[in-house]
Amino acid sequence: MTDGNILSLITFLPLAGALFIFMVRGDTETVARNARRVALWTTSITFILSLYLLWKFDPTTADFQFVQKIDWMGGAITYHMGVDGISVLFVVLTTFLMPACIAASWDSVNVRVKEYMIAFLVLETLMVGVFCALDLVLFYLFFEGGLIPMFLIIGVWGGKRRIYASFKFFLYTFAGSVLMLLAIMAMYWEAGTTDIPTLLAHQFPPEMQTWLWLAFFASFAVKMPMWPVHTWLPDAHVEAPTAGSVILAGIMLKMGGYGFLRFSLPMFPVASADFAPLVFALSVIAIVYTSLVALVQEDMKKLIAYSSVAHMGFVTMGIFAATQQGVQGAVFQMLSHGWVSGALFLCVGVIYDRIHTREIAAYGGLVNRMPVYAVMLLIFTMANVGLPGTSGFVGEFLTIIGTFEVNTYVAALAALGVILSAGYALYLYRRIAFGPLEKDTLKNILDLNWRETATLTPMVVVTILFGVYPKPIFDITSVSIANLVTHYSAAIEAANMSGGGALMRLASLFSGQ
Amino acid sequence: MYSAIVFLPLLGFLTAGLFGRVIGARGAQLVTSSFLVISALLSMIAFYKVGFGGELTRVHVLTWIDSGTFEADWRLRIDTLTAVMLVVVTSVSSLVHIYSIGYMSHDPHQPRFFAYLSLFTFAMLTLVTADNFIQLFFGWEGVGLASYLLIGFWYQKPSANAAAIKAFVVNRVGDFGLILGIATIFFTIGSVDYDTVFAAIPAMAEKSFSFLGHEVPIVTTISLLLFMGAMGKSAQFMLHTWLPDAMEGPTPVSALIHAATMVTAGVFLVARCSPIFEFSPFALTVVTFIGATTAFFAATVGLVQNDIKRVIAYSTCSQLGYMFAALGVGAYEVAIFHLFTHAFFKALLFLGSGSVIHAMGDEQDMRKMGGLYKMIPMTYVMMVIGTLALTGFPFTAGYFSKDAIIEATYAGHNAMHSYAFLMTTVAAFLTSFYSWRLIFMTFHGETRASSETISHVHESPMVMMIPLVLLSVGALLAGLIFARFFIGDLHEAFWLEAIYRGAENHIMHAMHEVPEWAATLPTLLMALGFGLAYLFYISRPDLPRELARTQEPLYLFLLNKWYFDEIYNFIFVRPAFWIGRVLWKQGDGRIIDGMGPDGISARVLDITRGVVRLQSGYLYHYAFAMLLGVAALATYFMLGGVH
Repeated sequence: MTDGNILSLITFLPLAGALFIFMVRGDTETVARNARRVALWTTSITFILSLYLLWKFDPTTADFQFVQKIDWMGGAITYHMGVDGISVLFVVLTTFLMPACIAASWDSVNVRVKEYMIAFLVLETLMVGVFCALDLVLFYLFFEGGLIPMFLIIGVWGGKRRIYASFKFFLYTFAGSVLMLLAIMAMYWEAGTTDIPTLLAHQFPPEMQTWLWLAFFASFAVKMPMWPVHTWLPDAHVEAPTAGSVILAGIMLKMGGYGFLRFSLPMFPVASADFAPLVFALSVIAIVYTSLVALVQEDMKKLIAYSSVAHMGFVTMGIFAATQQGVQGAVFQMLSHGWVSGALFLCVGVIYDRIHTREIAAYGGLVNRMPVYAVMLLIFTMANVGLPGTSGFVGEFLTIIGTFEVNTYVAALAALGVILSAGYALYLYRRIAFGPLEKDTLKNILDLNWRETATLTPMVVVTILFGVYPKPIFDITSVSIANLVTHYSAAIEAANMSGGGALMRLASLFSGQ
Repeated sequence: MYSAIVFLPLLGFLTAGLFGRVIGARGAQLVTSSFLVISALLSMIAFYKVGFGGELTRVHVLTWIDSGTFEADWRLRIDTLTAVMLVVVTSVSSLVHIYSIGYMSHDPHQPRFFAYLSLFTFAMLTLVTADNFIQLFFGWEGVGLASYLLIGFWYQKPSANAAAIKAFVVNRVGDFGLILGIATIFFTIGSVDYDTVFAAIPAMAEKSFSFLGHEVPIVTTISLLLFMGAMGKSAQFMLHTWLPDAMEGPTPVSALIHAATMVTAGVFLVARCSPIFEFSPFALTVVTFIGATTAFFAATVGLVQNDIKRVIAYSTCSQLGYMFAALGVGAYEVAIFHLFTHAFFKALLFLGSGSVIHAMGDEQDMRKMGGLYKMIPMTYVMMVIGTLALTGFPFTAGYFSKDAIIEATYAGHNAMHSYAFLMTTVAAFLTSFYSWRLIFMTFHGETRASSETISHVHESPMVMMIPLVLLSVGALLAGLIFARFFIGDLHEAFWLEAIYRGAENHIMHAMHEVPEWAATLPTLLMALGFGLAYLFYISRPDLPRELARTQEPLYLFLLNKWYFDEIYNFIFVRPAFWIGRVLWKQGDGRIIDGMGPDGISARVLDITRGVVRLQSGYLYHYAFAMLLGVAALATYFMLGGVH
């Protein structure tokens, strides 16, 4: 093992596991058992391997590390992998959440177990690939490829309205991505390469930036999701199996934010600055609007899904504030939301497995019979609320601070989310956990078993640990983010020096010159 | 040593919280209480060293957030202000821990209760030892969490759950301001460290910045935003609604959190930020106004409440108003002094009323009490001491601190100082009335309880009485002993740099030179309040009912707490749910999905359905269509050929 191909190893190891499961033969029971075990082993080993990245990662440079570059398709497109301070943690987040997903599906998925596990392992390969790819085409393949297993997971193992939800999910995200593909082609004609490090250094003409930015924005905004293209998310979450929701909220949403950081901001800085007000507006609407909608939800998963949209509002706001604190807060918020929302969906899964309903009204008083569960749920709820001392606080607070420097209106309106999130999250917690245990269906409910405890405990640990001591994450990300922010500001300054302001450019755009 | 003070409660929390089932109720009691007692003893040493030895200390614990120029560390800052708070928090907390051993003895969830109490104490200690605004905010939210958990401790009761959420959410409204205040500080000064910020503020005094589209003066904006946070935490007028409801929690909790410590965090915040507030006369005027209004408003509501704990809760609210009034006129030391003495006598009153409730078998309605002084004489004495101290009977704690506030408002200079003087003076009269009303209704006259209840009435065990005795010593003597240091001739040597005072601010001297009538007025009004209460509830018990009937609108207005809950429900809570539902069903459902995915797929289906209808399978249909097409093309080319 050398540093040169460690990323490929991490990326494709799950695929190898999937192949292995594919070959398993025997009666249904044996196949299912073996498939589960292989999947758990594969994802666990992948996670341990990914820790090697953290160990060897050099946080003092903004350059890409663990780089591997192989010519592919005649040299125009290369197989180019590498990570920097922004992406490396997303790789680890993905590998961290995967074993939990497999464990969460251990008993709850009983049909087509083999195919289910294969789908998840393939999905892991594609997701890790997204964060490692340093070639636009490669990135696009991973980015779009991820849709297929997710589409199947929702469509095959989902709830009652799974077909509607899976198509909605697929068409929404795909519609966004088609525009991105066009933009990728345009970038190739302009710059003559699809190599991301080269493109990062390339300066696109401002008029072109605008169109490219819009095309990428279409894709990433759907993925985030930003208001008003968020409606696929609640449906997808509600219908997806527990593990599918964890991946969806924990990782797939972050691809949008990652895309903004990797492409929109550094490659199209001028357009990013021009459109920042638009993003701010959509972010603030997302925060306030979806928080209010979350308040009245009757379905647990929908409530958490809407709260995810609100939290992603903080992320987009922080990214386009383009200050050190804003971007760092956004990255931190994405990571934190990765495990917090993942854990919340796991918690919903725990009681769904027992009672088979997501209706909030069907619960109440769980703390009486499930004290351990109630404590864990409380910790994640508080992290969702953004209580200091949990990881949820750090990101939210930094994005507000970072945005305040740029636009006080946006920061003040976003801070309203602080009140609203407390409202809907505590209201949910009260209806599930508190009160007397009166419903007959709940009388014999059991507390967490050892497998569920083992799945959720690591999440509790990271939630508290990085809430109290977030420094390791800052250490890894800060240089890359500082580099990003510096380049961004320099580009904006240069553009403003050379010709007119944002309004001028927009005006010229619409007059067709 | 300082680390031990702060982290022993955390250790207690972790032990009782994680291993509660292993060590059992007794183990949890012993571990948390003994840790707290050690912490309290160490705090007293710290208080002596800092307050009288002038020793200032900082302890670096851990780097917390470090992002670009934004830095916030875990650090303990120990100056006189912190030391005072340390003593208040740890001593009241340790007494409450001990008291709870008796009070909660029948509760099945004791480890959880003691764990929460210790968690609260830890959070409160991080708040008062903070050296930057972020750690302050950590403690600030931490006490909010502990308060939420403790108010909702009896989670079987829906009213307790509702009160817990209300407390948290209303506090968050204040936090909204606090967060923006911190953001403003960081934006304008580039740091959140106390020292850096305080040093930079004088240069900012004249400057302004653009906030929400307006050019606003920096220091005033910061001050008002911070004050908004303080209003939420300290239950000031308009953000006070959560405090009376918080009485749903167990009584020891009310004593610790909702009387002695957490609710005073707002007062502490303003005192800590005296270097900021001193540069904004306008903000100080606002503080005076809100404080004075709260003092008056809460006292009026306290007049007619029948729940023994709610009366004391409104009294707390009112006393907090006093503290803010003092802060507003620049008498920070006086406010903190009142905070200090108030902690003793208010905790005493709460724990005493807990003893009453305990004796009466969980009855809190004073209309079902009366005549108890023969049955629980010890509790009676304690409650009377607490009442004397609260109403400012000569040489008790309140006599020194509360009357000092009234004098300070008289001597103040800002636009609201006369208003504050008027309000606090009237409130002093009201305080005396409702406090004695409580005593008379509970302990005197004929008993109104059922004979069944009366037969069970018993004095509380020693483990509950000892904390009461210790607190009563504080209530009697804290003023007499410490007045010289806090607000008297030795105050400068005592406070050192902990409180900042502008060059124009001579309040600490001016307040000692108020005219004789202003200084004696509160004492007179106290006596008057006592007399009136005696008339109403001992001599002529029919008078109150008579008065309530003749003045019914006023009575209902007060009984319903000025209708704040109803108004807030009407303008905030219900609209929030209503808007949420509209956005969900109409916004998401009809507009976005209707115009977006669902709409498009429906239109596609419509079109295909139409197209399907064209495929009829009849040859003549197709032939006709072809003919039409040919005709159309021919026409097009012919007309096109004209050009």
